[in-house]
Amino acid sequence: MTNKVINKASIGGALKQSFLKLNPATLILNPVMFTVWLGTAVMACVCIWIALGETSQGSLSYNVTITIILFVTLLFANFAEAIAEERGKAQANSLRKTREDSPAKLVLPVGEIYMNEVITIPASKLKKGDVFICETNDIIPADGEIIEGLATIDESAITGESAPVIREAGGDKSSVTGGTKVLSDKIKVKVTSDAGESFLDKMIELVEGASRQKSPNEIALTILLAGFTLVFIIVTVTLKPFADYAHTPITIAAFIALFVCLIPTTIGGLLSAIGIAGMNRALKANVITKSGKAVETAGDVDVLLLDKTGTITIGNRKATHFHALSNVDKEYFKQMAVYSSLADETPEGKSIIELADMNVSVQQLENPRFIAFTAETRCSGIDCNNLRIRKGAADAIKRICEKAGTMFPEEATHIVQSISMQGGTPLVVAVNENVIGVVELQDIIKTGIKERFDRLRKMGIKTVMVTGDNPLTAKYIAEKAGVDDFIAEAKPEDKMNYIKVEQMQGRLFAMMGDGTNDAPALAQADVGVAMNSGTQAAKEAGNMVDLDNDPTKLIEVVEIGKQLLMTRGTLTTFSIANDVAKYFAIVPALFITYIPALQGINIMHLHSPQSAILSAVIFNAIIIPLLIPLALKGVTYRPIGASALLRRNLFIYGLGGIIVPFVGIKLIDMIVTYFF
Amino acid sequence: MKTYLFPAIRLTFVFLVLCSIIYTAIIWGVAKITPNNGEPAIINVQGKRMYSDVGQKFDADQYFWSRPSAVNYNAAAAGASNKGPYNTDYLKSIQANIDSFVIHHPDVAVKNIPIDMITASASGLDPDITVQAANIQVNRIAHVRNLQPGLLQSLIQQHIHHPFLGIFGPAYVNVLELNVALNDLSASYHAQ
Amino acid sequence: MQSYSELYGVIAMFIIAVLIAIPLGRYMGKVFLGEDTWLDVVLNPVDRFIYRLIGIDENVEMNWKQHIKVLLMINFIWFVLAMLVLTNMAHLPFNPDHNPSMPLDLAFNTAISFITNTNIQHYAGETAMSYLGQLVLMLFQFISAASGIAISIVVIKAMKEGINLPLGNFYFYFVRTCTRVLLPICIVLAIIFLYNGVPMTFQGKDTITTLQGDTVQVSKGPVAAFVAIKQLGTNGGGFFGPNSAHPLENPNYFTNMVETIAIYLLPIALIFTMGYMLNRKKLAWIVFGIMTLGFILLVVPTISMEVRGNTAIAKMGINNISGNMEGKEVRFGSMASAYWAIATTVTSNGSVNAMHDSFMPLSGMCAMLGMMINAFYGGVGVGFLNFYIFMILAVFISGLMVGRTPELLGKKIEAREMQIAMIVALLHPFLILTGTAIASYLYAHHPEQYAAWLSNPGYHGFSEMLYEFTSASANNGSEFAGLNANTAWWNIADGIVMLLARFIPIIGPVAIAASLSQKKYIPAGAGTLQIDTPTFGIMIIAVIIIIAALSFFPALTLGPVAEYFSF
Repeated sequence: MTNKVINKASIGGALKQSFLKLNPATLILNPVMFTVWLGTAVMACVCIWIALGETSQGSLSYNVTITIILFVTLLFANFAEAIAEERGKAQANSLRKTREDSPAKLVLPVGEIYMNEVITIPASKLKKGDVFICETNDIIPADGEIIEGLATIDESAITGESAPVIREAGGDKSSVTGGTKVLSDKIKVKVTSDAGESFLDKMIELVEGASRQKSPNEIALTILLAGFTLVFIIVTVTLKPFADYAHTPITIAAFIALFVCLIPTTIGGLLSAIGIAGMNRALKANVITKSGKAVETAGDVDVLLLDKTGTITIGNRKATHFHALSNVDKEYFKQMAVYSSLADETPEGKSIIELADMNVSVQQLENPRFIAFTAETRCSGIDCNNLRIRKGAADAIKRICEKAGTMFPEEATHIVQSISMQGGTPLVVAVNENVIGVVELQDIIKTGIKERFDRLRKMGIKTVMVTGDNPLTAKYIAEKAGVDDFIAEAKPEDKMNYIKVEQMQGRLFAMMGDGTNDAPALAQADVGVAMNSGTQAAKEAGNMVDLDNDPTKLIEVVEIGKQLLMTRGTLTTFSIANDVAKYFAIVPALFITYIPALQGINIMHLHSPQSAILSAVIFNAIIIPLLIPLALKGVTYRPIGASALLRRNLFIYGLGGIIVPFVGIKLIDMIVTYFF
Repeated sequence: MKTYLFPAIRLTFVFLVLCSIIYTAIIWGVAKITPNNGEPAIINVQGKRMYSDVGQKFDADQYFWSRPSAVNYNAAAAGASNKGPYNTDYLKSIQANIDSFVIHHPDVAVKNIPIDMITASASGLDPDITVQAANIQVNRIAHVRNLQPGLLQSLIQQHIHHPFLGIFGPAYVNVLELNVALNDLSASYHAQ
Repeated sequence: MQSYSELYGVIAMFIIAVLIAIPLGRYMGKVFLGEDTWLDVVLNPVDRFIYRLIGIDENVEMNWKQHIKVLLMINFIWFVLAMLVLTNMAHLPFNPDHNPSMPLDLAFNTAISFITNTNIQHYAGETAMSYLGQLVLMLFQFISAASGIAISIVVIKAMKEGINLPLGNFYFYFVRTCTRVLLPICIVLAIIFLYNGVPMTFQGKDTITTLQGDTVQVSKGPVAAFVAIKQLGTNGGGFFGPNSAHPLENPNYFTNMVETIAIYLLPIALIFTMGYMLNRKKLAWIVFGIMTLGFILLVVPTISMEVRGNTAIAKMGINNISGNMEGKEVRFGSMASAYWAIATTVTSNGSVNAMHDSFMPLSGMCAMLGMMINAFYGGVGVGFLNFYIFMILAVFISGLMVGRTPELLGKKIEAREMQIAMIVALLHPFLILTGTAIASYLYAHHPEQYAAWLSNPGYHGFSEMLYEFTSASANNGSEFAGLNANTAWWNIADGIVMLLARFIPIIGPVAIAASLSQKKYIPAGAGTLQIDTPTFGIMIIAVIIIIAALSFFPALTLGPVAEYFSF
């Protein structure tokens, strides 16, 4: 995906939108800009009035100029929103393009059973619940869940990652996305959403504003801005009798200019653009959000729940060492360990075989009977050659030994402990309920992850690692990776409980998950990011979907959320701080003709009342497009602590907001003076 | 409604008794044992009762003048001029005050006229003037009363109210006290 | 040096007040938390007796709506009582000077003025009030202050950590405020005044002959008791017309110091009460710091303007060595008068020891700004409520600026809170500006009919009207007394403004606090914006300046600013 999504076409579209958005029915949702619209309308009437011969309101050209500038102010504000929408649409479209109208091989159902009868229809005709088949080199026509088979899939169209991934029925990696390509094998997929209702479609709708609901924070901010607008309505309206008292006639243009300059048009004009840009930034990070609120909430998150595997450590643990007991032959132990792992499809099991580097296959065994791993026994193994080989966690094997009445050797306990303390995971191997040795598995912590956690800590976010490891191992890794807390020997419901308990204390949670058993926790979490590869249940439960399936994405999501809020806050501050200079530009201009003494507060030494008012209004208009890039890009978040951040932003946007308009208005005045 | 109404009525009467009657009675009772017996500070001048804290009008040449008063020292309807600082009529009246002060004090340069002698006080009953204001009148009174200016200056010195505890607030002179002392001084001086 | 001693006096008035306010605030915290205090032995039985007489159970928990209902109901009863007394004084006892009853419009204004803790006086006490009337007004000075404090305690209780917080019992706070805070301190103050020549007598006017031989009547009355509570309870309604400028209300520099300290003693103490009750000492100090900074920012220019004196008079060749002395008393000097002016306007006290109408234009503006902001210390109880609104707004904007949904002391600020906060924040400029606008309109379009309103022409006349509405809306009570406001129009307009400006800014913060108190408490983390930091202090100041001060910029430009530049 490219970043340069603003092209000529989208600017053209945005320009067109800016005019369409002048419709007062749409504008009324934004009280600040709506009052500007009213002001413009009044000014237009004044212009007509003057054209018809009224003389008390100043020259026609001056009034027309003011009217045009106000109109342009409106257009600028609309343009800001439109360009943000266009950008989002362009981004979303580039994601969506690939899947449009690829043919779908629909499987016809007979009652409840899907037969192998296939007809080919356009992807857009697929409905939720339909089942289709994809074979090698097919483009997957719609989002769905694999119900049968396994396939390697090229997801580069949406993730940009060229390495193919495996998706298979059952388990946590059963989802496929429309637009991706099957590289090998054949899968049967059940469509999970109607055409036009996939997450991506919903996101595009959100961006387009049709169904974009204001987030609670945006509503509160709108109230604040509406309040400011009301204050300045009062200020402007009451000025009329005040001026009457002082025998100072004030033109309508001056009133409206004062009003429009004082109300927070800058933030009012950029507010929705900021919100959309927040979702766009998420999309740029390949995260689809289901609502604007989710992005905002991400900024508030207090605790991140991270799976150890894949997030903190690279992929899976690997066997690194065989520790045979002193009275056991090393090779024998290796062999037994390999036997126990033959049927073990887990990466750990495979790594044991890799490490042993022995040429063993199932065919060599007599009457093999595989014992699968279950959550209760917490061990797996094989029965063959009259041997009962088991491997599992120390306490699981201990239980087996106790049951059989054999001793769990002290030497094994020592080995287990020392491995755990090194952050390794010990797997104890027993043959016929006698411990023969321990396999050491080690985690490899991702490079750079510690720095990211440090950054999170500075942001005030607590990180919690979730792992199935025993507490000793978990603690070692937690310390090494720099996470704040960990949940060891976690069962799926542990996550859920942990979240519930902490939420009761008022903390906001973010977590990432993919499996169906993650779904309840994803739903419970305040920000639940489901991996795109995850099950449909997980994707439904979360409020974001990460197309890259990158477990560290949460960190980016949090920063995007913070950026969104900060951009709103800083631009509000900037907008309101601007009022100081605007007052000093316009108020003297209102009165100076009749009360020359007030030249004393014309501290900018603006040329004339007309030039002063024009400059203020022009500044007020052009500051909006000047700030569009900032609104779209967002204010950079720095994890330097809340107070320091406030100090920094107050300095830049507060003090800057006071100073910039003084300079800007003065400069514009110098230019305007040439023309008037 | 009733849950709130009756307690509200009862509360009002309980506190009417507590704050308006009992509290007042306590303070009134204490007042009875204070030196002034609850009356304003009193000085007796030749058997006549006067309130030393309540300013009196002094505009005769033989007395230290008190400040201009917007209510002509009417202690039953105290008040101020409430004129804005740049009110033209007000400034004219100040100019008139200056002019009349100059007429009575030909030896005093305009820049030395103390501001309190040409401006009206807040209560219209200001009992005090600044020390400078007293000193500047010495020559006039000395001339009218045929007294040594030095005597008057030391009289003023004796009657200065120094800042509270010596360090807080301005020093000033109570005009009534000063004029009473002036009468005494005058009487005893001319008796000799 | 005289001017140095004036300066020392001012500094001492501030430091002494703070030194008393800190322990007093802690004591009040204990009083409202129901902890043991040293007056318990005497007062516990007294309180119990009072509860029994009122017929309530002081241990019953009230929700915020019940608190408000009690407050409104007792105020209604007070209003009725005040109207009855004020309109019938002529027929009631304790009227040695035979002063008349009040006409209806003036009684309406005065009744509202006193129950709302405003104490705007469109009358002069010595000619318009019987002693009975004065003593009933004194009752309102106690109980309006007590109800303000009681309601602020409700808000403080709601600011605690945790969820579904108990808000206590209104009667409990109210009775305790009277018996354990206001009455004991007032007794001490009144005795100090008695020993310094403030009268406490039921004798009527005395006729004396002056040294020059004029015959003068001297008004007096039960002044000492009255002055104590009018200073302490941020009431400000004087016994005599000139208020604390009158030599019998404020006879010397010492009483002036005591009265000045009494103006802001409770407002400052309440900050520390909050710190004690919430166990957030640092927050208390930051709030105190912000308020003090704002106070100083107004005090310094005012003092320097007043000490420099009237520039127009200086042009006549006068050396303004004592400062601007028009409408000031010599025993206080210009500095202590200027200091009082700001102390009394920032706290919504409204008593005066000098005439604000005769202040220099920009010092008059500082006094107005003190009331327009109305939260630097503020009135007893309500000052904190106003500050609370500014805190909500500042928290909201700065919360966004650090990238978090804004929260105040662990409670999220959302649309509902913002709505209420904005209504309250809007009300003050709305009342002041529309009030002044209507008055200006009437005056500008019917100059003959309303000519008697203003005793100063031009910009200063405008300032008089602006000041009047500012004072009414701030529940302050001081005036640019050149405005002849005892007319039906002003009496009624002021009355309505005072009423709205009293109760909406009480109901609003209580509603916000109650709504927040129901919310989930979010413990502070490293990303949480701490509000007890100097940075946040600056933020609040900025919000106050921009919201409170800037909306008045055009109005002030046509009043004091134009007046300042026109000379």
